[in-house]
Amino acid sequence: MAPILDIKNLYKSYGTVEILKDINVAIEPGDFLVLVGPSGCGKSTLLNCIAGLEPITSGSIAIGGKDMTHVSPKDRDIAMVFQSYALYPTMSVAKNITFGMKVRGVDQETQDRKLKEVAHQLQITDYLNRRPGQLSGGQRQRVAMGRALVRDPKLFLFDEPLSNLDAKLRVEMRAEIKKLHHNLGATMVYVTHDQIEAMTLATKIVVLKGGIVQQIGSPSEIYNRPANLFVADFMGSPAMNLIPAKTKRNGTGMLIEIERAGGEIITLHDHHTESLPENVIIGVRPEDIAEAGFRAGEDVQEAECLVDMVEHAGADTYVVSHLGGRNVTARLHAETSAHPGEALKLAFDLSKVSYFAPDTGERLN
Amino acid sequence: MTDTALHTNSRSPGVIVLRWGLFLILGLFALFYLMPLFVMLTTSLKSLEEIRTGSLVALPREVTFEAWRTAWSGACTGIQCEGLRPYFWNSVILAIPAVAISTILGAMNGYVIAQWKFKGANFVFSLLLFGCFIPFQVVLLPMARMLGLLGIAGTIPGLIFVHVIYGLGFTTLFFRNYYVTIPAELVKAAKVDGAGFFRIFWSIFLPLSLPIIVVTIIWQFTQIWNDFLFGVSFSQAGTQPVTVALNNIVNSTTGVKEYNVDMAAAIIAALPTLLVYVVAGKYFIRGLTAGSVKG
Repeated sequence: MAPILDIKNLYKSYGTVEILKDINVAIEPGDFLVLVGPSGCGKSTLLNCIAGLEPITSGSIAIGGKDMTHVSPKDRDIAMVFQSYALYPTMSVAKNITFGMKVRGVDQETQDRKLKEVAHQLQITDYLNRRPGQLSGGQRQRVAMGRALVRDPKLFLFDEPLSNLDAKLRVEMRAEIKKLHHNLGATMVYVTHDQIEAMTLATKIVVLKGGIVQQIGSPSEIYNRPANLFVADFMGSPAMNLIPAKTKRNGTGMLIEIERAGGEIITLHDHHTESLPENVIIGVRPEDIAEAGFRAGEDVQEAECLVDMVEHAGADTYVVSHLGGRNVTARLHAETSAHPGEALKLAFDLSKVSYFAPDTGERLN
Repeated sequence: MTDTALHTNSRSPGVIVLRWGLFLILGLFALFYLMPLFVMLTTSLKSLEEIRTGSLVALPREVTFEAWRTAWSGACTGIQCEGLRPYFWNSVILAIPAVAISTILGAMNGYVIAQWKFKGANFVFSLLLFGCFIPFQVVLLPMARMLGLLGIAGTIPGLIFVHVIYGLGFTTLFFRNYYVTIPAELVKAAKVDGAGFFRIFWSIFLPLSLPIIVVTIIWQFTQIWNDFLFGVSFSQAGTQPVTVALNNIVNSTTGVKEYNVDMAAAIIAALPTLLVYVVAGKYFIRGLTAGSVKG
């Protein structure tokens, strides 16, 4: 099946400043693509380029198999939900939702029918006659979604739609968008700076930094096999532990040596790799460090560490130690016996570690 | 109990004296500023005989509307004695289209400059702003030549043209500053919805613009109605606006100076702008601050 959105060699610059460099992304029908990255990485600009609201400098964009590079937004068969919702302030909710159909000359009967469907689907039937100013943030959010849904487009575009909501509502709406995606089988492109949103919603994630694609992949690929130090650090909360280490070849793998403040060097033995440079940065997710005795397996190795800080987060307890000159966070179970200032035996699960080159930041294994 | 005690305490005799002192001063200022209007009104209601013999600030002994009638339809401007009436209507048919056209064009200009940024938009805007600060005297001669070339010298359309041109700087400024506060995402959303340039203006921006339209109308109407310089420079016998006619009435009396007629004429000439302020004044204040308070 032809990709529903196909971006090839897209460049975008304002004057001499390059905002986006050589972007290549393709998604299949039904995909949920999330563009994620820190602010200023160009993710919103990319979305605006897809929508046709920003002209691109070079490259091409095809939607539904047709080249749309120079087509105006209204003819791209897209609908967009904006961060500020961008509801028309002088129109009622119903008029907001039907405005697009009215502009396109859809007959009144169809307008009414579609309005009814969408209002029912989003549970906004009760306030169709109100103005956007009389609605709460969550209600406005629903209306903005309704305006997009009613158009039944090939492609839905979301520009940080949840960032203006409070934490609880954000989680609710996130679930609702996921459900919507599932029920409609629609194709969606979603911009966010929140990596949890990216992980929970996406079928495919594009991580951007400085206008350059860092990695494209499924959430689990991005999470478990980050392509470079930036992705490793950006995705996941608490962030992946990135610890400078030295390696030595050993008969059945490699020895990873990590310096420890006020103690002897920790040596871990990785059996899966034999070709690491002398200096590496080892990346371990906090959940891959457990309290000794709670994790078993042939790749689990234990080492004594000094606990600097203990943070109780309800379901988990985060224990911070100091290794290789970095703070290292371990996600332990809630009833851990760890105490600040005391030594604790931690188990490192080496089955899922990442290695990065310290100079280029690229992944090594 | 404590609440009341505190409350009375805060209104100590000193505070009360200060408060009343303030009212007194404000009242005196108000009276001072109302004085000329009072003199104008009372004088216009007196007969010439009474003006000559009575005091300037005295109330009329006998109220007569004779002076108002004369000012409206009988006073002489030069050799014609038709009163202000024909000139008043000149001003009306001059001001209404001039205000309407300059407001509409200003709204369009402001919409483009604020929301459809093109290359050099800011330069064009600063040029328009520059137009606000050119003294009118400077442009009299070139404008006279221009009107001559266009063949509308000495006509009311010619005057409308002049007022539209010189109003555009201000009206554009008003609308641009108002529209700049409207989030750009609104235009984007409408574009994705399929609306074009005029549709977005008509369906989304105009309905939002009532406060700034009122501000612009008041501003432009006051400017155009009260204008004397362009009126006297670019009109001829039949096309003079009311301000020019008022000047002619006051200056062309022979023999006895008819103060009562002059005063009545002056009030008639000022009435429409007063009316606009009274009717739309609250929108004026609201409109001037609307952009800044809106979240």
